[in-house]
Amino acid sequence: MKNPSRLFSATLFAVFVASSLFVAPAIGAAESGLKSLRGAEIQAPDTESADPFKGTKDSAPIERNYLQQPPIIPHKIDGYNITIKYNKCMDCHAWSRYKESGATKVSLTHFKTRDGQELSNISPRRYFCVQCHVPQADAKPLVGNRFKAAEGLR
Amino acid sequence: MDKHQQPPSGLLRRLLAWVKKTGPWLIVGLFLGGVLFWGAFNTAMEYTNREAFCIGCHEMQENVYVEYQNTVHYSNRSGVRATCPDCHVPKEWGPKMIRKLQASNEVLHKILGSIDTPEKFNAKRLELAKHEWERMKKTDSRECRNCHNFESFDYGVQGRRSANMHQTGLNEGKTCIDCHKGIAHRLPEVNQSIGEINTEGATPREFHPPVEKKDAEAVK
Ligand code: HEC
Ligand code: HEC
Ligand code: HEC
Ligand code: HEC
Ligand code: HEC
Ligand code: HEC
Repeated sequence: MKNPSRLFSATLFAVFVASSLFVAPAIGAAESGLKSLRGAEIQAPDTESADPFKGTKDSAPIERNYLQQPPIIPHKIDGYNITIKYNKCMDCHAWSRYKESGATKVSLTHFKTRDGQELSNISPRRYFCVQCHVPQADAKPLVGNRFKAAEGLR
Repeated sequence: MDKHQQPPSGLLRRLLAWVKKTGPWLIVGLFLGGVLFWGAFNTAMEYTNREAFCIGCHEMQENVYVEYQNTVHYSNRSGVRATCPDCHVPKEWGPKMIRKLQASNEVLHKILGSIDTPEKFNAKRLELAKHEWERMKKTDSRECRNCHNFESFDYGVQGRRSANMHQTGLNEGKTCIDCHKGIAHRLPEVNQSIGEINTEGATPREFHPPVEKKDAEAVK
């Protein structure tokens, strides 16, 4: 080598690269334990959490408890995606589909826009069904309550 | 036994002569070569029938694979996983070879970069999905039925909706893919006549193809 300083910087670079190769995994391992702001360990679960809605059994329509209640979904909805490209719920509940699928057709109230205009299909504000309709999980109430169905519906 | 006494037929005689001429070792060599080739060929077939091979291409990994990971065919209580080739590559030798030959088209499009960005993939997704729908419709959803035998469906255990639809639908001559589109991936645009969206998407006729009378007859 004609230029010793170049040799020196090349060696330095090589050492740097080599050491980073060995050290980097160690750093990664040390930092893998995420911490919350209060210093608690955050551990991503290895397995999926037990989702109480998973394995919901299909049933007959569930009775409503009060007027204007969005009816509970009486069937499982795992994997039913609602995206801008396709609304899985409407594949069975649309007025053009309900006869074939045996589903309840969507309520006429769902065709009205915010300004009171009647559309020929669901209005944008009703597009995301699970905003209002949810399946029922067999979960114990977190706090006791004395809820009773509305009188006319008992 | 008495066959031995008979003089060898013309064909056999010629074969024996050929063996003498070329030397038995060469024949053994050829035979072994054949075995090796067949082995290698099958290994290649096996190799390309693994999920890891499919998702070796980022086009396959970044879109369809990620979506499939959220579905029942990736993870379920029974621990039986349906992998990409289970649904996309026929098990029978003939159809498998044909599908593999068609798949060389995928290599071409890989080189052309036809779907190498999410934008390009989404633009082409409807077309790709339609190919698969057509293929499955044509084979009466053979790949689904490799695992799900509808003759063994226990309607007593199936959900209300499943039991109803299976009994009426399958009797009408419908096949799995008629009702179970989007079982493993997100769907492309589907025209559901909801306002102005997806008017270019799959038409109702493509998405719920009417049952042909012919099919209905064949089932009965
Ligand atoms: C495969 C077809 C299908 C799909 C997809 C589907 N449903 Fe249903 N749904 C039905 C059927 C069939 C019934 C009626 C159940 C019965 O009578 O046995 C029903 C019932 C309901 C009811 C109860 C209606 C009532 O009168 O009590 C609601 C609410 C509902 N579904 C909401 C949804 C939502 C929200 C989605 C999307 C996340 C959805 N459904 C997707 C078929 C479907
Ligand atoms: C903003 C809340 C909301 C959204 C979003 C919504 N619903 Fe409803 N839904 C209701 C309410 C409230 C009722 C009961 C009163 C009524 O009929 O309007 C209802 C009733 C229904 C019924 C029963 C109709 C009947 O004849 O008894 C069905 C089925 C239904 N909705 C399906 C859907 C589907 C499918 C979607 C998504 C495309 C959806 N809903 C979106 C609130 C909502
Ligand atoms: C060389 C990279 C590569 C590999 C490996 C690969 N694919 Fe693909 N695949 C592609 C490309 C690129 C396309 C888009 C083809 C086009 O644009 O027509 C495609 C399209 C598809 C389609 C749509 C087919 C159609 O008829 O339009 C399916 C299904 C598919 N791949 C499944 C698989 C499966 C299953 C495997 C594993 C056995 C696999 N791919 C392996 C690159 C690949
Ligand atoms: C490798 C075998 C295999 C193949 C191929 C296969 N499946 Fe499945 N399928 C399964 C298993 C395993 C389950 C989960 C059973 C369970 O609930 O434990 C399942 C579940 C399902 C379910 C129930 C979904 C749910 O949410 O409970 C449907 C619907 C389904 N498959 C349809 C299909 C269709 C349609 C095809 C063809 C495109 C297909 N399957 C191909 C093995 C397979
Ligand atoms: C006429 C429409 C139709 C046809 C044809 C059809 N299915 Fe289904 N299938 C449904 C409906 C509706 C459900 C219940 C809703 C859901 O799972 O999303 C269902 C549910 C299922 C389930 C889950 C069963 C349960 O209750 O847990 C499996 C597995 C399944 N189908 C497999 C198949 C296979 C395999 C074929 C082809 C031999 C097939 N289906 C053909 C409509 C159909
Ligand atoms: C349970 C069966 C099943 C499994 C498992 C499966 N697919 Fe598919 N795939 C389908 C069906 C059905 C379609 C047709 C489109 C639709 O209905 O979603 C499809 C469509 C596709 C397409 C066309 C683009 C699109 O989204 O429509 C590609 C590419 C593809 N699959 C690749 C794969 C790869 C890669 C894997 C493995 C990671 C895989 N598939 C696993 C059933 C399956």
